[in-house]
Amino acid sequence: MIPELGNFLLIMAFINAIFLGVLSFIGAHYQHQGLMQFSKRASISIFALILASFVCLTISFINNDFSVAYVANHSNTQLPIHYRISAVWGAHEGSLLLWVLILTGWMAAVALFSKSLPKPLITRVLGVMGFIAIGFIAFTLFTSNPFDRVLPFIPIDGSDLNPLLQDFGLIVHPPMLYMGYVGFSVVFAFAIAGLLQGDLDHNWARWSRPWTTVAWIFMSLGIALGSWWAYYELGWGGWWFWDPVENASFMPWLAGTALIHSLAATEKRGVFKSWTVLLAILTFSLSLLGTFLVRSGVLTSVHSFANDPVRGRFILVFLGIVVGASLLIYAIQSNKIRSKANFGLFSRETALLFNNALLAVVTFMVLLGTLHPLIQEAFTGDKSSVGPPYFNLMFSIFMIPILILMPIGQQINWKQESMKPMLTKYWLWAISSILIALAMVIIMGGIEPMALVGTTLGLWVLAGCAKYVLAQASKSTSFTIGVKKISRSYWGMLVAHLGVAVTVLGVVLTSYYSIEENIKISQGETVQVEDLDVEFYDFKNTEGPNYISSAGSFRIYSEGELITDLHPEKRKYNASKMVMTEADIDAGLFRDIYVVMGEPLDDGAWAISVYYKPFVRWIWLGSIFMALGGLLAVSDKRYRQRRREKKQAKSETTSVVES
Amino acid sequence: MNKKLVLAVAPIVTFIILVIFFWFALEKDPKKLNSNLIDKPVPDFKLSALKNPERVYTSESLPNELFLLNVWGTWCGPCHIEHPYLMKFSQQYPVPIVGVNYKDQTKDALEFLEKKGNPYSMVIADVDGQLGIDLGVYGAPETFVVDSDGKVRFRYVGVIDDRVWNSKILPVIEQVQGYPLEQVQKDAAENDSEGMK
Amino acid sequence: MMKQLIATIALLMSLQAFAVIETYEFKTEEQEQLYTDIINELRCPKCQNQTIAESNAGLSEDLRYIVYQQVSNGSTKREILAYMQERYGDFVLYDPPVKPSNYFLWFAPLAVFLVILIAVLLKVGRRRIKPEQTGTEEE
Repeated sequence: MIPELGNFLLIMAFINAIFLGVLSFIGAHYQHQGLMQFSKRASISIFALILASFVCLTISFINNDFSVAYVANHSNTQLPIHYRISAVWGAHEGSLLLWVLILTGWMAAVALFSKSLPKPLITRVLGVMGFIAIGFIAFTLFTSNPFDRVLPFIPIDGSDLNPLLQDFGLIVHPPMLYMGYVGFSVVFAFAIAGLLQGDLDHNWARWSRPWTTVAWIFMSLGIALGSWWAYYELGWGGWWFWDPVENASFMPWLAGTALIHSLAATEKRGVFKSWTVLLAILTFSLSLLGTFLVRSGVLTSVHSFANDPVRGRFILVFLGIVVGASLLIYAIQSNKIRSKANFGLFSRETALLFNNALLAVVTFMVLLGTLHPLIQEAFTGDKSSVGPPYFNLMFSIFMIPILILMPIGQQINWKQESMKPMLTKYWLWAISSILIALAMVIIMGGIEPMALVGTTLGLWVLAGCAKYVLAQASKSTSFTIGVKKISRSYWGMLVAHLGVAVTVLGVVLTSYYSIEENIKISQGETVQVEDLDVEFYDFKNTEGPNYISSAGSFRIYSEGELITDLHPEKRKYNASKMVMTEADIDAGLFRDIYVVMGEPLDDGAWAISVYYKPFVRWIWLGSIFMALGGLLAVSDKRYRQRRREKKQAKSETTSVVES
Repeated sequence: MNKKLVLAVAPIVTFIILVIFFWFALEKDPKKLNSNLIDKPVPDFKLSALKNPERVYTSESLPNELFLLNVWGTWCGPCHIEHPYLMKFSQQYPVPIVGVNYKDQTKDALEFLEKKGNPYSMVIADVDGQLGIDLGVYGAPETFVVDSDGKVRFRYVGVIDDRVWNSKILPVIEQVQGYPLEQVQKDAAENDSEGMK
Repeated sequence: MMKQLIATIALLMSLQAFAVIETYEFKTEEQEQLYTDIINELRCPKCQNQTIAESNAGLSEDLRYIVYQQVSNGSTKREILAYMQERYGDFVLYDPPVKPSNYFLWFAPLAVFLVILIAVLLKVGRRRIKPEQTGTEEE
């Protein structure tokens, strides 16, 4: 019953979405109050229907309803309850329903939190989002329905959730990531609505910004979670592989970052209007492209969901319509959008322009590298690969100018600044960065040229943040007053840029100064690994909820002192018979130490891997700062808007009284 | 004015090209590799015969006519599925099939051939898999079409059933040798030139 | 149908989800580093986008052993990569070779950026700024 109900709710949502998609544009065009009101209500009710449908699927998992094919393929009676719930989005069909849920969630949010925005604009925005919803709900309903039944032979037990996904990371990573992916549809819809209206005033940028920033926050956290999860789950020291699916999430993030910066310039100075609109379209298009790449089977990836060319064609057609239509509207309407470009070569506008150009080129590079094997095959018939060696090199090259520019762009004046005084302000900070970096690199283990460059740049960005605070503070009579005067949105910028610096330092230091050793060790033995002594002191087999585990116990000493006690495991899962390694990681702010169990060897010894990873946590710590920065920036806008409205209301009542 | 037009239209034009490109890419299988051995001779090897460990095969031992080289193992499930087809083709067509027993236990392989029949004119025991690697094997079963000069002309990865034989293998054989392949009816025993019952 | 069957069987054969830890011993640290570098640059021919370092497939194990042997015998990185490329094609090279068919891949991003750089310098550099209120930040 419940699966049928879930399916029915999905159909209802589909029908409502069609009405929303079509009627919104009619209503906005004729400024028909009833239709515009309908749009808002429909958005909210579609979300409610999808939510209920999602709950039905969740209930099917909780109740172990193996008559539902999706449940039978991805769950099991022995699966702990929290994984039975997260299994809902563990594979293609369910994750698609999650996608739709989050899309309609954002749609409802826009409907609810847009009271001060002009009705025709919001109606168009909801219309665009409704249109996207039509496509995704249709895709789910007709090609990837999670409610399909397995009849008449209902399996006694399910195939179990892939053990790799039986983990906290799976519970949070997809929802966070989708909140970002899908969240960019809001600014996309704003861009289309603006283009259709034929004008984009600076209010448009002001309204779009918070929505974009929030989506960006989720995207940043989602990607960081994925990286962190891969690191501790796979246990071989890696945290990013430039796999097509990873790239599919990184490209919208890069474009989204450029978009945030472009929106800032458009709001404050009225420049880059058509570039901002194009970026808004591009960012969400990259999200859709990502959906296509991941679910069509066109590229090989460890993360791929579905390898079904039929589904692939459906997504491609949908992608073609949505992106094609938006780019067509852009081609037709973009000449109506006029920016007043009145800035010189040494100005914040130019700095932002270069920042965005660099980010756009990086996005292009990632896309090129990801698609190149396909392109190569189309032209020559040869099969080829593009992997980390390419991406790491190219990314590093382009990051250098971006990082150099960051502290300068933060502080340089809008419109025009003269070059000489600017350079003199910075040289001391630059020299200090190089010297401190040199010291750090030598302490870490020796001068690697790229490590020195990367560390210098990370410190340079940190210096830039400090310099900004000092410069602002020095403008006022006292330091504390000066600091207090820095608005929240500028704190947001500083904290986010700080996050970038932290991530850069983490990436560089861990990439060049990590240690990994594979050793043979018998129980009772102590083996030396660089400066550490590893003692294998115990071994036991135990039973888990749905697996059998073999766990080794290791004590790690440094210079005679015990630093940590680790218990890595190998687990054999009962249902799938899959074998997994669980590394035991001693996580620290400045280093991780961990051990991974390999194979038992013939002479009774074990092959194990010992890892020392300096500053690896900084990679994800940086993204937390980035998210915090975004949060600070968003909270500023809201506050000012309400304050402005209160002021306006006050002056209106005063004028009424006076008249 | 013209520059503005270009900037306005470039995105959609680029996108349309991309979509068309993807449409055709959907038909390709990203996991299938191309053989790097096409038009190159079969790599040199020095390995024992499966049945007689004292007998040594080299690339000189290979047939001087067009033949098929089939890489298989008893551990490989699809190879079990392919086997009856190979039996049939070896009897119906005058093309010899040379077997490369890849990364297998000789004992298991011999048992398998005894029980299920032997479609091979000779079987090379590639126990450590070096010949497989030199051939660029990545997923058994794999079958190579080798011409009378000893050059590899085609590789097929996967089970060869009737459909694959007729649509993929037969046309290649006929194209390589330049004339159509006639069916003959051979005795099952004629296949095995090494006299295995 | 056949494709799915083969895929299922192949999947069932790869029931492990971890990398095999090899405990090869090398004569020098440079050799060990060279081995690690190479196995992290070679793609497993039959996996879903993994290096032979990471993959536990039988073929990966064989290839790792070959790399180990060749490194111990003194072969250079270039020689070993060429050995693999001869057998499996460019597919196994995660570092795309710089050859004419890859020129676009290696040089297009930089070229695009240079074009943008020049365009901006020309357009913005030549602009005459109209006097307005010169703003610092507008907050």
